[in-house]
Amino acid sequence: MSGGITLGHYLSLGGILFALSVIGIFLNRRNLIVLLMAIELMLLAVNLNFIAFSHFLPVEADRMAGQVFVFFILTVAAAESAIGLAILVVLFRNRASINVAEMDELKG
Amino acid sequence: MDSITALFYVFSTVLLFAAFRVITARATVHAALFLVLAFFTAACLWMLLEAEFLAITLVLVYVGAVMVLFLFVVMMLDINSDGVREGFWRHLPLAGVVGAVIALEMALVLMRGFNLEAPVTSPEALAVGNTKLLGIELYTNYLYPLQIAAVLLLVAIIAAIALTLRERKDSRHMDASQQVRVKAADRVRLVKMDPTVQAASPEPGAASGPAADAPKPGTGA
Repeated sequence: MSGGITLGHYLSLGGILFALSVIGIFLNRRNLIVLLMAIELMLLAVNLNFIAFSHFLPVEADRMAGQVFVFFILTVAAAESAIGLAILVVLFRNRASINVAEMDELKG
Repeated sequence: MDSITALFYVFSTVLLFAAFRVITARATVHAALFLVLAFFTAACLWMLLEAEFLAITLVLVYVGAVMVLFLFVVMMLDINSDGVREGFWRHLPLAGVVGAVIALEMALVLMRGFNLEAPVTSPEALAVGNTKLLGIELYTNYLYPLQIAAVLLLVAIIAAIALTLRERKDSRHMDASQQVRVKAADRVRLVKMDPTVQAASPEPGAASGPAADAPKPGTGA
């Protein structure tokens, strides 16, 4: 039992962390690696919320469900970062740059 | 203020500072190292929330594997740190406003709406332990999602290898399957050629030249 710390504290912390990573995506629009790191931070904020909710549920509820969900999010996030970094390496091999502004072949 | 409250504030401060440094660090390696700190502090927070297994998993999987992968990639690529930071200060006001609005709105709603105190964990759950409880859930109610997650990881392995695999031009490796599947026709090709010109009957004087070079049987050597 954490005295004085409510669910709102953890959720606010998650919210501030998420907002920081949104700022990071705005600021580092050129650097693809830092963009991936900001996405990892976002996932961390979401996972923090899930675990906080699972901890603050009443005892008779299904408290482990949130932690199981975090488990799967961790799996997907690890796969995502592995493939993202592989794409990044191939991109750097072909372009010798990870500047997002230079990737404009698709004219999107 | 008891110790858990104090720990919460300490870990939160470190976590937010690390996240701030991740997005503002000048060198990408520093950003990766601060991300390691952020993950580690988040694992400490998860410990406070009695999610011990996931906290250890976060340290093992993220700090131990994913962040090492990040560091490898950062050091492998030769990143021009000035070029990729172009526009950093220009975007700062807009980004700051958007981030502050997001954080304020969320804090306004969340701080007032969720004044829940944590329930006391039941003694049965404490006796079983977090890891065993999570394992029971995963291998009974969530068995099929667990299998799908395993397949997803397999797909990620194969995709990452297939993306970055580079065929070497100068390697002289042998392909065993090709060697097994080879047929005699692949090795020797018999070409049938029609004799188009009738060979002239050899003159006795001209034939003595090449015949002198031919080995004579019976003489020994």
